[in-house]
Amino acid sequence: MYRTTEIVNQEEGQPLEDGDMIINVGPQHPATHGVLHLVITLNGETIKKVEPHLGYIHRSIEKMCESLSYRQFIYVTSRMDYLSAHINNHACALCVEKGLEVEIPPRAQVIRVLMDELTRIASHELWWGAMAMDLGAFTPFFYAFRERESINDIMEETCGARLTMNYNVPGGVMHDLHPNFQKRVKDFIQLYKKKIHEYDEMVTGNIIFQNRMKNVGVLSAADAISYGCTGPTARGSGVSCDVRKHFPYEIYNQISFDEVLETQGDSYARYLVRIKEMQQSIRIIEQLIDNIPEGDFLTKTKAVLKLPKGEFYSQVETARGELGVYIVSEGGSTPYRIKFRSPGFSNLSVLDHIARGSKIGDLVAMMGTLDLVIPDIDR
Amino acid sequence: MWSFSNIADSIHNGLSQTFNPTVTVILEMVIAGLAVIGLFAMLGLVLVIMERKVSAWMQIRLGPNRVGPKGMLQSFADTLKLLVKEGLTPNGADKFLFNLAPFIAMIVAMLLMAPIAFAKDFQLWDLNIGVLYVSAISSIMVISILMAGWASNNKYSLMGAMRSGAQIVSYELSAGLSILSIVILTGSLKVSTIIQSQADGWWIFKGHIPAIIAFIIFIIAVTAETNRAPFDLAEAESELTAGFHTEYSGMKFALFFLAEYVNVFIVCAIGTILFLGGWMPFHIGHWEGFNHVMDYIPSSIWFFGKTFFLIFIIMWFRWTFPRLRIDQLLNLEWKYLLPISMINVLVITAMAILKWHF
Repeated sequence: MYRTTEIVNQEEGQPLEDGDMIINVGPQHPATHGVLHLVITLNGETIKKVEPHLGYIHRSIEKMCESLSYRQFIYVTSRMDYLSAHINNHACALCVEKGLEVEIPPRAQVIRVLMDELTRIASHELWWGAMAMDLGAFTPFFYAFRERESINDIMEETCGARLTMNYNVPGGVMHDLHPNFQKRVKDFIQLYKKKIHEYDEMVTGNIIFQNRMKNVGVLSAADAISYGCTGPTARGSGVSCDVRKHFPYEIYNQISFDEVLETQGDSYARYLVRIKEMQQSIRIIEQLIDNIPEGDFLTKTKAVLKLPKGEFYSQVETARGELGVYIVSEGGSTPYRIKFRSPGFSNLSVLDHIARGSKIGDLVAMMGTLDLVIPDIDR
Repeated sequence: MWSFSNIADSIHNGLSQTFNPTVTVILEMVIAGLAVIGLFAMLGLVLVIMERKVSAWMQIRLGPNRVGPKGMLQSFADTLKLLVKEGLTPNGADKFLFNLAPFIAMIVAMLLMAPIAFAKDFQLWDLNIGVLYVSAISSIMVISILMAGWASNNKYSLMGAMRSGAQIVSYELSAGLSILSIVILTGSLKVSTIIQSQADGWWIFKGHIPAIIAFIIFIIAVTAETNRAPFDLAEAESELTAGFHTEYSGMKFALFFLAEYVNVFIVCAIGTILFLGGWMPFHIGHWEGFNHVMDYIPSSIWFFGKTFFLIFIIMWFRWTFPRLRIDQLLNLEWKYLLPISMINVLVITAMAILKWHF
């Protein structure tokens, strides 16, 4: 591993300065939450350069999708950003529906939004626990999983799976909600509201935590835009980019919720955005849970779907940012080309920019607040 | 009243009747050495299971519950596993230093047991510079960590070792000054004299606010010195995988692991001796009846009770706080703790001269 990094550096023609050291973080390392490989140039504890190496979990999902039908390829996308699998499916279903020009029944729209927001909360819960673990606090992880577990139970009951839900199909959702759904979601909201103060006491208000997060990894609004950051990463720098607000899909334009914006741009701002987003998601769920319209949950579509010749694009807001699905169709039953614009890839690209000059401990904190999910970066 | 000192006395009397004085002393040394090794192993096992149970309790889960009653034998099973595991030495490592480092860590922890008074009149070596001995020996610990980090030929290990070096050397100052403040109040470095001076009240109560400040600084400094969270930068697993012992496996890893836990016990025992009266029972002024009841509790239970209370507090830190960054860690010591403890020592000296303490 040492030898490869030497070669990498020779190729770039940047000889190491005296006292510099190259260290490989990953592909197996506790801080990277997956198989991300960072080659870090260090001077003592100070970071001079961070170079992400990708490709360790590349499964060529985009290529696989080209040989799958328009019903089948949706399920593969659950494996991209596995923490917001439902939202990925949603984006693909939206794109196919755009091509087919089918109307989705209102009940399916509400169910999709409810599930999206539950997924968002579950994803942010996991992020919260994992980020605290990066900073050396183990206990929050278990507290986060306590709440996340009840969301997973809701998912399991209705969708049949806990992580890769595969609940969205072109035209609506696969089957109707479980009769217990409303009760369990209300129970979850009660549990969440009762326990949320523990999050603040344990992590947000902790003086060590605040010192570790404030003025660390500052990303300016201009940089956030030029690197193509989306989601909480960009909103922490004050860039308004919530797809749910700017390009509302389903029924997001009928619901009242706030786009959470922080202007500091540091790790703490990104942290606060995610914490407050969970509360906004709770607000959305509370508005919808008693108002699920009756009716069909699925529009009848043909057995073999064929998109007309052309190009289709849809975008949704996942827990990590904007996910774009771009389908080029030649009129057949499989897509000619599919391209996913994943939020994690752009968010990872700022890591080198914000990490230069800080310490190793900060790099781990920054990676935590960027909320990297490696299979999403490396499709 | 039953006490550990009875056992020590009966062993001494029994040996003196059979052997001549020289042989008796040698035999007693052997027994003491074996007792220390036994205590070392037992403490490691007990503290590991305690840490796992405490962390489980704080993390709303059960913890080990399969091996033995309530999982109490889990650490025996783990130690057995580590014993039979292959102890790898990496190719590029400096083999001599790499294999020597864990033993130094263990020897330091064992040497530190000598001046600790476990109960009334039950102490291995009551040397007249007891407290100085403890702070001198405990600073050898850093050599073993630096040795392990350097000899591993691993960049993570090296960084962990350098962090640990900076950290232990810095925090030794605050710990030393807190120890010094009690030495000033007592007028002696001898452990038995320090404990005897607290017969009418523990220093944390007798020494007013300065003693409490010294106690808090002592707890912070020893947490840092033993590389426990939130100061566990030397083995910060999310940054340096396992820090200085990344390359160690099997029993060599276990020795580091045991030494860490025994060190926690020792620093808590020193804190108990200095601030909480060692094996002295808890007395309140002139409540004769209450004091009498307290006297009936064996001195060993007082000592271990107080020590394990301090250990619990240090474990509580670990499972609550996030880790500090290296520059914050050094800032905390050099900009806050050191000036505060210096002023504190001055105040305590004035108190001792003017006899303001109780």
